[in-house]
Amino acid sequence: MTKEQTPFRVLIAKPGLDGHDRGAKFIARALRDQGFEVIYTGIRRTAAEIAATAIQEDVDVVGLSSLSGAHLRLFPEVVRELAARGGSDIPVLGGGVIPDEDITTLLEKGLSGIFTSGTPADAIISSFKKASQHHRNHDSLK
Amino acid sequence: MTASNETLLTGITNHDPRAIGRAISIVENNGEGAADILASLDQERINSVVVTGITGPPGAGKSTLTSGLITILRKTGKRVGIIAVDPSSPISGGAILGDRIRMMDHALDPDVVVRSMATRGRLGGLCASAGATVRIMAAAGCEVILIETVGVGQSEMDIVQLADITVMVLAPGFGDDIQAMKAGLLEVADFLVVNKSDQPGASGLLMDMEQIFAAKEEESGVARVLETVASENKGLVELLQSMDTFSDYLTATGQKEQRRNRALNAETLDWIIEMLRSRFLDAMNESSSQKDPRIRAKEFISKTLQINQ
Repeated sequence: MTKEQTPFRVLIAKPGLDGHDRGAKFIARALRDQGFEVIYTGIRRTAAEIAATAIQEDVDVVGLSSLSGAHLRLFPEVVRELAARGGSDIPVLGGGVIPDEDITTLLEKGLSGIFTSGTPADAIISSFKKASQHHRNHDSLK
Repeated sequence: MTASNETLLTGITNHDPRAIGRAISIVENNGEGAADILASLDQERINSVVVTGITGPPGAGKSTLTSGLITILRKTGKRVGIIAVDPSSPISGGAILGDRIRMMDHALDPDVVVRSMATRGRLGGLCASAGATVRIMAAAGCEVILIETVGVGQSEMDIVQLADITVMVLAPGFGDDIQAMKAGLLEVADFLVVNKSDQPGASGLLMDMEQIFAAKEEESGVARVLETVASENKGLVELLQSMDTFSDYLTATGQKEQRRNRALNAETLDWIIEMLRSRFLDAMNESSSQKDPRIRAKEFISKTLQINQ
């Protein structure tokens, strides 16, 4: 009935043990300023907690941040946990301190996009927008 | 009804988190099928659920208190729903919904259903979408529903209209009792919780509040001003006991029904506004010779709804 597009909902989470959430908070604020509804879970979450939260909140995209070097294990784990809960359609984006040589591996393991410290904020936002829109257009539950 | 809506409804009854989350999105966005979903929910469950609004100034400890209450409720085997409301930015329309941070202990508990909700600057406020979410959570087996909202302005009043019981959380150091009275909320709150009661200034705040609530306490015979230290789970069992007793009192005196009727009216008005909104936005694109907003409004109403008033 409402003609305006309703805001995209995204989850921003930090899996694993590193407690540096400046980057995650920066992205959360930047997304809010672009009209996103950002659910923020805070630091040190398990992949299962992140996936369960994403499902409950019915988000369009999950964004993960990791600065500890554990991204190769943690990011794909979130993708797996999501799939195990019937959320394989929810795209997962990841960012942080990630060496170039890991990007291909992560994309192969189901991540929909990877950002490094060199990625401009605009590019990150636009990836979130694209992934959210894609999710809305190809919603498996509709 | 479409096949996918039927799948959703079955999912809601079977406590499937994906179906519950999706159904809430559909009604929150007033999307296709919202009416079908809402019409098919189990009304008996909606009648029996207890809805508590938890409000208060930012930083008073609402989320921590809510999380502590969830822990106790879960120990008694109750399935709990939580609606955590945070404000939307009036400029971008976006929002940061951060109440989850303090509730992550319950993230993997299948009987704790949490939904974060942005205020979205709705014209009529939050009643329609939060009310619809309450209905879905109740239909999904939640026996207790906590609605947490930041105590700034309109959204808290909307929640008060929606809830069976309203708890206002205060903490020392937020200004004197005159500040609390200014909010106007003390008049409608059923319980006043002085949180962080181990902090300096708590006893003074408690005394002030007890004075204000003396008449209410006498009327219902239930302690209405309570002390808690939510971060240490102190005072929470007592708070829940008082809320239970008060809930029975409301039911016995017919006040629960009155409050439900009030909520029904508030939600209905919200839906009316929501349903008419897009039509009037369209109407406003058309030119009008009138510059006065009140006269313009009357003109649009008579044109759009074809009634004269």
